[in-house]
Amino acid sequence: MFTLGGIGFTAPWLLLGLVALPILWLLLRAVPPAPIRRRFPGVALLLGLKDDDNESDKTPWWLLLLRTIAIAALILGFAGPVLNPQVEREGSGPLLVVMDGTWADARDWPRRLERLDGLLSEASRAGRTAAVVTLTDLPADGLSFQAAETVRQRLPSLQPAAWVPDEVEVLDWARGLDGGAQVFWMSDGLDHPWRNDLLAAFEERGPVTVFESPRPVIALTPPVFADGVVTLRAIRAEAAGAAEVTVNAHGLDPAGTPRTLVSASAVFEPGARDAVVEVSLPPELRNRVTRFEIDGLRSAGAVSLTDDSLRRREVALIAGLDDREGLQLLSPTHYLEQALEPTADLIDGTIGDILLANPDAVILADVAVLTGAEAEAMLEWVEAGGLLVRFAGPRVAASDLSRDAEDPLMPVRLRAGGRSVGGAMSWGEPKTLRPFGPDSPFFGLPVPDEVSVSAQVMAQPDPTLAERVIASLSDGTPLVTRKRQGAGQVVLFHVTANAEWSTLPLSGLFVQMLERLAVSTRPAEPTAEDLAGTTWVADELLDAFGEVDEAGTISGVPGEALAEGRIGRDLPPGLYAGEDRRIALNVIGADSELSPVLWPDRIPVEGLTVVPERALKGLLLSLAMAALLVDIVASLWLAGRLTGPRAGMAAALLGALLLLPAEGQAQDGADEAFAIAATSEVILAHVVTGNADLDRMAQAGLRGLSNVLFQRTSIEPAEPMAVNLETDELSFFPFLYWPITPDQPMPSAEAYQRLNRYLRTGGMILFDTRDADVSGFGGASANGRKLQQLAAPLDVPPLEPIPNDHVLTRTFYLLQDFPGRHVSRDVWVEAAPADAELIDGMPFRNLNDNVTPVVIGGNDWAAAWATDAAGNRLYPVGRGYAGERQREIAYRFGVNLVMHVLTGNYKSDQVHVPALLDRLGQ
Amino acid sequence: MTEPLALRSTAESLAAPLPPLLAAAEHLAANLILGAHGRRRSGLGDEFWQYRPLHAGDEARTIDWRRSARSDALFVREKEWQAAQSVLMWVDRAQSMGFASAKGLPSKADRAATLALALGVLLIRGGERVGLTDLTTPPRSGQLQMIRLADALSRDDATADFGAPEVRGMTAQSRAVFVSDFLGDIAKVESALTKAADKGVKGAILQVLDPQEEAFPFDGRTIFESMGGGMRHETMKAGDLRDRYLDRLALRKAALSDLARITGWQYHCHHTDASATAALLWLYGAMERDH
Repeated sequence: MFTLGGIGFTAPWLLLGLVALPILWLLLRAVPPAPIRRRFPGVALLLGLKDDDNESDKTPWWLLLLRTIAIAALILGFAGPVLNPQVEREGSGPLLVVMDGTWADARDWPRRLERLDGLLSEASRAGRTAAVVTLTDLPADGLSFQAAETVRQRLPSLQPAAWVPDEVEVLDWARGLDGGAQVFWMSDGLDHPWRNDLLAAFEERGPVTVFESPRPVIALTPPVFADGVVTLRAIRAEAAGAAEVTVNAHGLDPAGTPRTLVSASAVFEPGARDAVVEVSLPPELRNRVTRFEIDGLRSAGAVSLTDDSLRRREVALIAGLDDREGLQLLSPTHYLEQALEPTADLIDGTIGDILLANPDAVILADVAVLTGAEAEAMLEWVEAGGLLVRFAGPRVAASDLSRDAEDPLMPVRLRAGGRSVGGAMSWGEPKTLRPFGPDSPFFGLPVPDEVSVSAQVMAQPDPTLAERVIASLSDGTPLVTRKRQGAGQVVLFHVTANAEWSTLPLSGLFVQMLERLAVSTRPAEPTAEDLAGTTWVADELLDAFGEVDEAGTISGVPGEALAEGRIGRDLPPGLYAGEDRRIALNVIGADSELSPVLWPDRIPVEGLTVVPERALKGLLLSLAMAALLVDIVASLWLAGRLTGPRAGMAAALLGALLLLPAEGQAQDGADEAFAIAATSEVILAHVVTGNADLDRMAQAGLRGLSNVLFQRTSIEPAEPMAVNLETDELSFFPFLYWPITPDQPMPSAEAYQRLNRYLRTGGMILFDTRDADVSGFGGASANGRKLQQLAAPLDVPPLEPIPNDHVLTRTFYLLQDFPGRHVSRDVWVEAAPADAELIDGMPFRNLNDNVTPVVIGGNDWAAAWATDAAGNRLYPVGRGYAGERQREIAYRFGVNLVMHVLTGNYKSDQVHVPALLDRLGQ
Repeated sequence: MTEPLALRSTAESLAAPLPPLLAAAEHLAANLILGAHGRRRSGLGDEFWQYRPLHAGDEARTIDWRRSARSDALFVREKEWQAAQSVLMWVDRAQSMGFASAKGLPSKADRAATLALALGVLLIRGGERVGLTDLTTPPRSGQLQMIRLADALSRDDATADFGAPEVRGMTAQSRAVFVSDFLGDIAKVESALTKAADKGVKGAILQVLDPQEEAFPFDGRTIFESMGGGMRHETMKAGDLRDRYLDRLALRKAALSDLARITGWQYHCHHTDASATAALLWLYGAMERDH
């Protein structure tokens, strides 16, 4: 291929044609434009007039230039110019392409395939054989080299895996290769332990070229929850400059729709390899988070599934018998509820029921007596890992609980009676707290001065007492004691849970202490011993692209493997469910680090970018065509054929060309104009049925009704509009009139969606089968059948014939009949709820709180309402005066209907006003 | 024996232009409020003109007894003089009149014929005698004359590029109307008008022009040809000629206007894109004036 400054030519000899351009220039210059012949009677007046000059018989220079450019573009175009002509890569013999195929590859997998496609195309042109291997999916039976084109066809089936290949397996495979081959290695950019050994193995086979994406590899570590903050780390392989990534927490919103719950950004400092993200989530939100992921990265490494460790705790509150009535602030559990409510799910109930629910913690506030069975169940639960928190109180102090022997459900033995300090009958000041010791779970919490204790239960001095005290008063007496019991623990606050004995429940410290205690009960990372012998089943699996899929039925994995956490083909990353909890197995562990590969200097490393060949032929030919088009216009203009008479055709054509792009805007403008027209006034609307007569009648009917509304009520509608269900927005209209004709088309699925949304959000449709003269409602008339078809996909509630006390009978006029052109009582509206009752002294029941979404009848109302623009009635109704009366009632029905649509249950509420006033007066 | 089909088609093609032309003319004429074509002085006629006191010499039977009974004097009832007059029309049917610059516009010939016939309709209803100057249709009155006029006006037998006024059929002291584009040789017009003035004929000149002839919207290299092809003019830049052409056209109009003034005629220029009624109104007024 002949190349010229980055552009190659497939047929360079054609370029010689450019030499002919100057000749063309001269030729074109010599020929004046052809004259136009015109018939013109005024020629008699022209005779004898001479032209001022003869210059215009030459083509102007700019037109010549345009034509020359057009011809030059044609010549260049046919010479076949190609931008970025591909330089052939040398090499022969079999070609082995190795892809890492790990999760880090997934972020630009399509580009890798594209690059690979280019390489294989080249190999195929060179007639080489090739084989493609992904290290995560090693071929079982060695290598089979095939024609490069065949291999290329199979490329789309290659997929990366969400794990990193096993070292032993890979090295075994590489060392087992025989025969030489050129190796192209598509690296994922991460340093794996087997990297150098594998490189050595490949170099024995032949020359190695590495392809690597310059884009950084970024991954996300699993979330760690502490002190109300979820902490994640975004890590990257290369400590490059400053960067920022967005971390999204995904989960179900309250409606059950998966969505992004919260976003935070992780900022990499220049030169830093990791960036910490702290997300502070309200517990109810945190409970719903299913995974964290880095926004915009399609890679399993950028996704971190969450398991039970972020879940909200369940706490059961049980108080002693509450015989004091109504004094809420004295209730033993009031402060506990206030403190725990924001952070935990509280459970009420009897001890037996509560323990069945297996809460994370149980709090007993001043409960002294547990029955034998209850105590047994409680002990069992505590030993299985439960946290029991007890508060003292008058009942505990007065009981014999843990008096002589230590109760298993109490951390210490108690002395009888307790003590009171700083009260009216005692010496001394109320005691304050001593700072927490380093062994205490409360260590580090600031002790506010205002916390004072005026009464407490006292622990018996025991050899074990010292180690069980986790908080004490300034005089050294224990305030909080704790005892391990099996896998669980029992904690006793030596004061009440309310503010009777101390001001502790009033302080922020109380909340912090509870939090520390409750947090410490959260199941920690299970150890291998915990998991030994258990079997876990994958619930959801993560693929290399970071997509979460249902696992389906795959065999369970032993707990030991899970504890080891070596993800691979047998243990894909995902969410594993055991008996009572779920464990997330993520690609990136909590302390993972990423590091880039350092390739030796002898290995050539190429990027993934493919600069595709770009043939410029089409572009140049279009340029030539455009220039020729401009030339046509210019020639016409020069010859006076654009401005003079008979220019109509050319001008219209040009105008059409210029105006074409403006069409789309006109469409937008039309939509907007429609919206403005529909919303600037109250507008009644009818559905376009496609039957022109019927549509006209509906329009005329609504016009008549609008006029009546305007005259008689405060509703002042503008001219009614026709609504096309397929194209128009419905939500602008409070009321749609839908006449039924057997031949109207069914609306599309999208139109039904819109209609259903319209009905659900308070719109009303009046269906009119217009056949009440020949058939009863729902009868066998063609219109009735069509209505059934039309309404089947609609979200229509149960219907009933309009009851005598329906609000429609009295929204404006008092009505009992709803005639149109036909008189039929069959008008159906949304059914009243089954429990609607007629209250004494009220004219009608409180049937529905909402406007009935549909009214269905066949009385041909629009015909009765119809008037022309001048207000003349268009269709006869009945005979004589009776007919006019019927028309009047029809109008009244229309007025009532529109009132009902616009005011909702207002009339219904009006009825209750006397009752409400009566109650207020009392 | 004549072939019936051929006879019929000939007859139809003959009759075809008549009703539309006549209808168009009548439609146009209906726009003007018609009255009898009175002479604004007393004389023989049907319409009441005035009561005047009885003079010596009046016959007794001329006394209007009903009017006289209301006073002591005697009155004579006079009628308005309604006398028929001959109006002769010359409508140019040369090829240059066949020009129409745009599809929606009538050709000048169509417009001229319609206007002339409409005037004829008006005048005939007013009791005048109307004819053409070219001897084929001498002035007569009555409905039949309208048909004859329509027939003569819709005849399409011109060969010349430009027409010249015909004065042979003009009777002395009659009135005349010339309708043409007057783009041809002005000397012929001048001689015709002079002859007419010699015979005591007065009348109106209506120049019918196409809007393109007024605007000259041409540009570029153009060969202009007359409608018959007898005249041609080539130019390299038609746009440059525009001013000079317009000057010449203005000169032609001024010449016509002057000629009319000298001979006691009236001149008006009408464009085919303007309302025909206005032109008809002017024509009708011109016929009414200077009685």
